[in-house]
Amino acid sequence: MNSPDHAAQVVGVHADDSAPAGAAGTTSVQRKGMAVTAQGYNFAYLDEQTKRMIRRAILKAVAIPGYQVPFGSREMPLPYGWGTGGIQVTAAIIGPDDILKVIDQGSDDTTNAVNIRRFFAATTGVATTERTTDASIIQTRHRIPETPLAEGQVLVYQVPIPEPLRWLEPSETETRRMHALEEYGLMHVKLYEDIAHYGHIATTYDYPVRVNGRYLMRPSPIPKFDNPKMDMNPALQLFGAGREKRIYAVPPYTQVESLDFEDHPFEIQTWDECCEFCGSKDSFLDEIVTDDAGGRMFVCSDSDYCGQRRAGQAHGGDAAAAQQSQQSPNVPGVPGVSDTPAAQPAETASS
Amino acid sequence: MATASTSAPEFASAPLLRVNAVTRLYGERTGCRDVSFDLHQGEVLAIAGESGSGKTTLLNCIAGRSRPTAGTVEYNLRHEGLRDIYRLSEARLRLLARTDWGFVHQNPRDGLRIDVSAGANVGERLMAIGDRHYGRIRDTTEDWMHRVELDTSRIDDAPATFSGGMQQRLQIARNLVTHPRLMFMDEPTASLDVSVQARLLDLLRGLASELGLAAIVVTHDLAVARLLAHRLLIMKSGQVVESGLTDQVLDDPQHPYTQLLVSSVLQA
Ligand SMILES: [Zn+2]
Repeated sequence: MNSPDHAAQVVGVHADDSAPAGAAGTTSVQRKGMAVTAQGYNFAYLDEQTKRMIRRAILKAVAIPGYQVPFGSREMPLPYGWGTGGIQVTAAIIGPDDILKVIDQGSDDTTNAVNIRRFFAATTGVATTERTTDASIIQTRHRIPETPLAEGQVLVYQVPIPEPLRWLEPSETETRRMHALEEYGLMHVKLYEDIAHYGHIATTYDYPVRVNGRYLMRPSPIPKFDNPKMDMNPALQLFGAGREKRIYAVPPYTQVESLDFEDHPFEIQTWDECCEFCGSKDSFLDEIVTDDAGGRMFVCSDSDYCGQRRAGQAHGGDAAAAQQSQQSPNVPGVPGVSDTPAAQPAETASS
Repeated sequence: MATASTSAPEFASAPLLRVNAVTRLYGERTGCRDVSFDLHQGEVLAIAGESGSGKTTLLNCIAGRSRPTAGTVEYNLRHEGLRDIYRLSEARLRLLARTDWGFVHQNPRDGLRIDVSAGANVGERLMAIGDRHYGRIRDTTEDWMHRVELDTSRIDDAPATFSGGMQQRLQIARNLVTHPRLMFMDEPTASLDVSVQARLLDLLRGLASELGLAAIVVTHDLAVARLLAHRLLIMKSGQVVESGLTDQVLDDPQHPYTQLLVSSVLQA
């Protein structure tokens, strides 16, 4: 290992955990040698001292699930809002044998995801992948992959605003005291307001959670659809906020509970439709406008998940899925779904 | 000693609050000096004086908001008896302040969350102590709005759309929802028009006696003291110059300063 730092091992970044599954015959991992690492930079851009500082913050965050640990956030060669918090966390834990996946809104192909993946490919030479099962580190903005994560994997979230109580309490001193004393009534005031004004809890993104029965946490702007995935997840979940200089964590197999009321229980989003491409009824769907006449269809937000399902169907997967596949328009370029709207209108939608 | 009974015999024995030789200095300057009194359950005490007399400093010391330089403030905790509030943990003191106490600010905007609905303002304390049933919070909130004579149909309206008198009633409901035993009030009617003041004072007096509420009311207005308080402290330059039953102090003031205050009211 280039950086055989104890902390990196403790937080669970082991290259061995990320051996390609090879389930579908071919592996999409693109392995690059150390030779292509950009000249003039330390491995993963940050200097070793900075990485150690960030790892100490990560260790503290892991030790106190959901607690926001301040860290000395560094200037990164990307502006705030481009995931500098997540990038610093990834830079601190990544080793040469890691396999990195980067997603933005579920897709590997947005500008943001491509830039961050290129950044790490250039500064570390590590292999990158679009396959959730192959990745040892997944940096994400706004989604948790549909494919269940496994022990040994690390999910790194990019966080714009880490403080869940900030919406009503502008003072940092006061919010810290509220965390210390577990004074979390204010969060329910927000949910109360939702119900009073909309008849239901209208918060659909960045839905507040209680971690390990103690700290109130903002899960970053993922859809509440993804909240249940955080609960008792076998992977390590790390959260980095660059501008606000905070790191927090949910260790593997930690309880994560979405706040609610007894008479207005937490619910995830559901759709009447299923995915136009893979027929999934269980994944988070994006609505895509297909033509000027108001035609629209629903497709998986997680492009890797959708692609894997379609590949499985093409190889004669389960009958129901295969049937669905035949009905679906055949759109090439699976990962770039959002960039390639289908020519045909949505005829196979289930509703 | 610390029996759970709230009946009259205990009223006579253990005070709800014991203020003992409280002094608050700001460097060389005196905020208040050597103030002592007991307050019993259901008793309303007014602290009157001109601005700069130290009455607000004293209120903040008693209400756990400003640690005295010397002296103690003891509160009769349920099941524990008199305890020095400044020796409680911060968590304990804050819990006490939002359950067994209330604080009504002169300016309702200091005591309300102006960004959330009237109902959320009243329900906040319930949620803070763990009530997780929306419908029940709603019912309790409507009940308290009704008791402070607010139109319950305005439960989802923003407090900013309320008149000053309504905001003050909302602030009172927000405090009473946890059934506190002690309310602190800092010039509760001073921000209101004279016509509105009288109705609010009537409401406060009615609630205090109906609920058996003890209260400490800071005021510059002797008429407020006369209407609300059983007992009265007169402060000048940080010290209590006279104290006693409200009617006795106002009808037969002994200290020259009290005599001056009373005569200025009579001339007005
Ligand atoms: Zn799909």
